[in-house]
Amino acid sequence: MQRIGVFVCHCGTNIAGTIDVKAVAEALKNEPGVVFSTDYQYMCSQAGQDIIKNAIAEHKLTGIVVCSCSPRMHENTFRKTAAAAGLNSYMVEIANIREQCSWVHKEMPVGTEKAIILGKAAVAKVNLNAPLTPGESPVTKRALVIGGGIAGIQTALDIADAGFPVDIVETKPTIGGKMAQLDKTFPTLDCAACILTPKMVEVAQHENIRIFSYSEVSEIKGFVGNFDVTIKRRARYVKEDLCTGCGACTEKCPQKKVPNEFNLGMDNRRAIYIPFAQAVPKVATIDADYCTMLKTGKCGVCSKVCTAGAIDYQAKDEFVEEKYGAIVAATGFNPISMDKFDEYAYSQSKDVITSLEFERLTNAAGPTAGKLLRPSDGEHPHTIVFVQCVGSRCAACAEKGKEYCSKICCMYTAKHAMLTRDKYPDTDVYVFYIDVRTPGKAFDEFYRRAVEEYGVHYIKGMVGKVSPEGNKLKVQASDLIAGKQLHIDADLVVLAAAIEPDKSARPLATMLTASMDTNDFFTEAHPKLRPVESPTAGVFLSGTCQGPKDIPETVSQAGAAASKVIGLLAKDKLTGNPCVAHSDENMCNGCSTCGNVCPYGAITYEDKEFRMPDRTTKMRRIAVVNEAVCQGCGCCTVACMSGAMDLKGFMNKQIMAEVDAICK
Amino acid sequence: MLNKTERQKEQILRMSGVNPLKCMRCGKCSGTCPSYDEMEYHPHQFVYMVETGDIETLRNSDSIYKCLSCFACVDRCPRGVEPAKIVEAVRLTVIREKGANHLTANEIPALLDDETPQQLLMSAMRKYSK
Repeated sequence: MQRIGVFVCHCGTNIAGTIDVKAVAEALKNEPGVVFSTDYQYMCSQAGQDIIKNAIAEHKLTGIVVCSCSPRMHENTFRKTAAAAGLNSYMVEIANIREQCSWVHKEMPVGTEKAIILGKAAVAKVNLNAPLTPGESPVTKRALVIGGGIAGIQTALDIADAGFPVDIVETKPTIGGKMAQLDKTFPTLDCAACILTPKMVEVAQHENIRIFSYSEVSEIKGFVGNFDVTIKRRARYVKEDLCTGCGACTEKCPQKKVPNEFNLGMDNRRAIYIPFAQAVPKVATIDADYCTMLKTGKCGVCSKVCTAGAIDYQAKDEFVEEKYGAIVAATGFNPISMDKFDEYAYSQSKDVITSLEFERLTNAAGPTAGKLLRPSDGEHPHTIVFVQCVGSRCAACAEKGKEYCSKICCMYTAKHAMLTRDKYPDTDVYVFYIDVRTPGKAFDEFYRRAVEEYGVHYIKGMVGKVSPEGNKLKVQASDLIAGKQLHIDADLVVLAAAIEPDKSARPLATMLTASMDTNDFFTEAHPKLRPVESPTAGVFLSGTCQGPKDIPETVSQAGAAASKVIGLLAKDKLTGNPCVAHSDENMCNGCSTCGNVCPYGAITYEDKEFRMPDRTTKMRRIAVVNEAVCQGCGCCTVACMSGAMDLKGFMNKQIMAEVDAICK
Repeated sequence: MLNKTERQKEQILRMSGVNPLKCMRCGKCSGTCPSYDEMEYHPHQFVYMVETGDIETLRNSDSIYKCLSCFACVDRCPRGVEPAKIVEAVRLTVIREKGANHLTANEIPALLDDETPQQLLMSAMRKYSK
């Protein structure tokens, strides 16, 4: 039998104003197991806590009930108080008579009655409480960052600077991501490469950072502090340690007709290539889909010109296994396909391009060496139409567009329009918009400068269709403010395509058992208060894999994710939450229901030998809960059909006892 | 009790199945409309005016007959508002009161020839046979 003490808090008048606290303390005195009951003005104050400590010692209490505010507020306080008096922290129960009682009732008799009932329920539960001890698990002091764009780079640098080793896994032959493809960055118009490439070099030279480029994560096992990850290093047919990045092979390779993905297919590269001059690692890669030697066994030019002897046609995919304490997803985004937007003639005319293609057309390292020329005939365009929200804010068809706002398009379109007018004042620039959304430091000023100083024509309305006619693009659009339909003969049409999470994010989320929203963006643990953590312990989010964001926001979030990782890796041991699920192996029939509903992947199954009454043994499949991974949500206990699964601290019989006490 | 305008609005929304509140006022319907210059009121205005109850103005305007029923606005609307259906519904409230059908299915074969696009006949059916 427990010896329970009850402590009723006045919370000034917060509780005592609507509840007769003395009556509550008096009524609970007669409950089974209660040996002491009192009330005090502020239980959470030092004096209040002393009352609890003294009562524990004096009355040899084995459990306490505090009738006070929400457990979210002070459960921890009272657990610490109990522990200081030598009582197990988990022998403390809170009856919430403030948020759930005094604040919602006006009449004292009603409030008092309910407070007594809530107190009785808590007493009934404490009678069944057992001391719980949190488990501990060690922490592997190494972090994995998946994705080598600006988000992954910043996260990796911040973690590495704090002294922890970091590995970056990047599917492309080089890190740098989308930012490496950009020309200038809004709103200050710094050259993207000039601010990004020093960071890439820093990553390459950092003693705590390893880069696995041209690689992908193929398997993730384990849990927070103890992830076992298999990384697939795709065969690049060039030995990374020998290649000097001289580029001789990329000049001599006879296969010249490979679409250059770095320039979005607007020019060609060779079958052996280095994506761009400042690539990190600066190592060549052979594209096996196009290499004549790999396809037919005849060629070998690159091997002949390579003075370092780095070419290895026999290379195979390799698998690296490594342990990590924390994993950061930084998988980034892509513009959506324009295939479903026939009304804009993207597939009919080379002169209808996406904004990312426009970036390459204006980039000094792009296919036109930075001269803005029409892709079809290389002429200078004199009339350019920018169309905003192509596929963004599109709720009509999930196949076609995305319901969300892509957030970055308003600003980059203003940038494109402004830069075009700056370099080519003889060009007419039209921007068709639904709304111009420019919240952000110096963002609206930037957009207004495009209009007021650079004379960009901003037109409220949408383009309905674009039809190629001769060497012109006939643009038909509405001007909602003038109440007119406009017909513009354009030379170039630029579509601000919506952005979507990279396709690798969904399978990665499955491996991580991290949750995603319907758009395949990773879900954060709390949309406001825990924005860089996944609900899955040990998994963190950096950059656009969590939602559309621009570079400043991505870098802030990347740093925030790094600080969370550092906080985790700085610990030697992780203290778990002891309120975790536990399966009674004698009752479990291994049906897998619990494993299917577990959002954290905490449940595995194993075959165990059971001794039968007739001295034979029998193998049976049973569920096993990994206590380090379990978050104590209780889904499995509800789903379990045999009643084998129970949640420590919230056992079925405890909850039934509470219900019984309330209904008595 | 609903007043006359509210009744008309309710009827138009029910007939068309359109929810004008879905409109984000981008104007792509009017940007795409091939009949724009023929119309006094344009597709986005139909959606807005039905929403605000300015329905008599639309009923008295020639615009309801100028819509080609090509449904380009329905196809391209990013929010799935389907403006042509609301134009059609306004038109039907007028046509039904007149009690006259202008085109029946039986009359169609006589009208078929190599020159006339089938889509035009379908549009005519939509306009004049309900």
